Amino acid sequence: MERVVLVRYGEIGLKRANRAAFVAQLVRNLRRALPEVHVENRFDHLLVWGGDLARVRGRLARTFGVVSSSPAVEVRAELDHMEAAARLLVTERDPKPGTTFKVETHRRDKTFPMTSPEVDRELGSRLQAHFPGLVARMKDPEIHVHVDIRDRAYVYTEVHPGPGGLPVGTGGRAVALLSGGIDSPVAIWMVAKRGVEVTPVHFHAPPFTSDRSKEKVVRLVEVLSDWCGPMQLWVVPFAHAQRAIRQHVPEPLWTVVMRRVMMRVAERVAQRLGAPALVTGESLGQVASQTLEAIATIGAATRMPVLRPLVGMDKLEVTALARRVGTYEISTLPYEDCCTLFVPRHPRTRPTLEEAEQAEESLDTPALVEEALAGAEVVAPAATPGRG
Amino acid sequence: MRRAYLDHSATSPALPEVVTAVREVLERVHGNPASLHGMGLEAERVLEDARQVVADVLGADSSEVVFTSGGTEANNLAVFGTVWARPKPHVVVSAFEHSSVLEPARRLRQLGVPVDFCPVDAEGFLRVDALAELVRPNTALVSVVLVNNEVGTLQPLLEVAKVLDEAESRWGRRPLLHTDAVQALGHVPFRVRDLRADLVTVSAHKLGGPKGTGALYVRRGVRLQPVVLGGDQERGLRGGTPNLPGAAGFAAAARFWQREGERLRAHLRVLAARLRTGLQGLAGLRWNTPPEAGRTAPHILNLSVPGLRGEVLVHRLEQEGVYVSTGSACHSRRAQPSHVLLAMGRSEEEASSAVRVSLGPLTTEEEVHHAVEAFRSALADLRFLVPS
Repeated sequence: MERVVLVRYGEIGLKRANRAAFVAQLVRNLRRALPEVHVENRFDHLLVWGGDLARVRGRLARTFGVVSSSPAVEVRAELDHMEAAARLLVTERDPKPGTTFKVETHRRDKTFPMTSPEVDRELGSRLQAHFPGLVARMKDPEIHVHVDIRDRAYVYTEVHPGPGGLPVGTGGRAVALLSGGIDSPVAIWMVAKRGVEVTPVHFHAPPFTSDRSKEKVVRLVEVLSDWCGPMQLWVVPFAHAQRAIRQHVPEPLWTVVMRRVMMRVAERVAQRLGAPALVTGESLGQVASQTLEAIATIGAATRMPVLRPLVGMDKLEVTALARRVGTYEISTLPYEDCCTLFVPRHPRTRPTLEEAEQAEESLDTPALVEEALAGAEVVAPAATPGRG
Repeated sequence: MRRAYLDHSATSPALPEVVTAVREVLERVHGNPASLHGMGLEAERVLEDARQVVADVLGADSSEVVFTSGGTEANNLAVFGTVWARPKPHVVVSAFEHSSVLEPARRLRQLGVPVDFCPVDAEGFLRVDALAELVRPNTALVSVVLVNNEVGTLQPLLEVAKVLDEAESRWGRRPLLHTDAVQALGHVPFRVRDLRADLVTVSAHKLGGPKGTGALYVRRGVRLQPVVLGGDQERGLRGGTPNLPGAAGFAAAARFWQREGERLRAHLRVLAARLRTGLQGLAGLRWNTPPEAGRTAPHILNLSVPGLRGEVLVHRLEQEGVYVSTGSACHSRRAQPSHVLLAMGRSEEEASSAVRVSLGPLTTEEEVHHAVEAFRSALADLRFLVPS
């Protein structure tokens, strides 16, 4: 009798051609995150042995590609052993008189001499005999004893949902613009959920922003790394560019031009890393820079595709997700972010590409981009669990 | 890079003799002053010696000194402790008290206690005429800071005491006079009897003492209710094992100022005058600390560059190695304008652009010179942000 955790993956099971690579990546991700356990690939699920169960459970809840997991007892595929396992698990649930239960068997090994309903009935009556207070109920029982009969039998009573998605590392790399706000960390999380490794770029503008705001972004990356695997954060100095924009660009266009310069810097970082796409936390219509026209004008600064996973979400949905990811509390910490000083009093809400390009004629944009890149600092924060 | 720490009113570096005193107690005195055995007695002696030193500096009897965890706790004890010990109390505090007086006063108001906030004039002095109007027969407490922590103005405590004399002769009851002397201790010579105050708050770490240690002078005969319950330490006014190393460090710092105070105050006046002359005439600069010596503490100078946000100037000066603070705490993304400057009738813009420079005993002429240069180049550099 051995304690194991059954890990189910979904989508990746469907993609026949890439399947082996996808499962191998999931196994790698789990081994990196949980170096103390053994992970084994069993064709349509993974088995995890060892380690602290609560820690394993927490880890699995944050590993993209995991659909669900169950702490299980692995025993010989014989009735007496299955009964012992079921008794152990039911005892751990500490049933009171009147607690409802059922047994549900899946017989993957069809050579097993009994049918699934026969096993259900037999184990059910044995449990009933041992726990006289239990009441059998087929619909929504409080204790749902699952029995998976394969070469060995796996008995479990709990199914913990995983985050779903695809294992990080199966979808290539993208470069994301990360501010200290609520949106961009969620955007990174959503892209990582689709298997993409994300490298965040943060624009730091001392003296217009403090070291505390940079510290805040480092903490956001620490929390994101808990989901997305180790990340390298690029901190790009941006004060000089902002100063130039403020001095040379007409005030209503400050924000749009600033975002266009940021896109160019991010594109250059992406080119260096061989990443084919950018990620932003933009969504439609929240603030002036997020009108369709503004998004079009900003996006035109790069030839790379810009992924905007939040585009269809409401603020409330983004906030709820930020809480789940664990970034919300950090994002709402009260540190100045660079934008406020450079926010025009009356921003152009529907800028055109022509006017943005015209405004940029008085800037040496390539030099600003080069200078920002040259000063970039790459930091690799350690992953820390968020509170989501 | 040359550095100049000019934020002594936030906290001051520990003096060498303070470090020695704290270390000695940590290394040698292991007992709890409340213990019955000999080691307890030894600890009690250390504590009482420290109390005697602090009492001497204040011109008080040692039985009148209650050690606390700092100025904030002492202020809370003064405000809540007075009100809870009296029936139907009314409270007056000046509108530009430190938040550790203002917040307790606001809380009292929420709890139904009548509280008035006495206005101050444009130069940063209490309007004694207004105070006289606010005092009522049931006024239990009048709290007026001795040296305002943001602008450094010395408040007319003697005139306040006269207002209380009148109240006493009129109604036969005298309100208690509390003064927060955290910024005054050492920097402005005073004796509690001369101030005619009943309650005086002091703190160690503005004097080169350790953080987390303060005291409340409670004139003999004044009844207070404790705020921190759970032990009869400090004559029942403050439960909890006393901070012995802190008290010893406080005493060491107090002794230093007692010995060197006269010389230090002259030194600070000279430096402050140099700073003032050095910055005089910088375009856009406006002083919030009035010039007359004798009406201000020697170590605090507050200025605004309207239009330039205080925290931007702070961070820009930081790049030059000069450490100062904004006049106000920075909340949320928008810095809150300083409540002190708003109370003095400054505009929101001026109150959001305040910077406080505060000098300490170890500040040198070179540092002041460096700071002046740094201000000049920072202001020239940030000129583009100031609307002309």
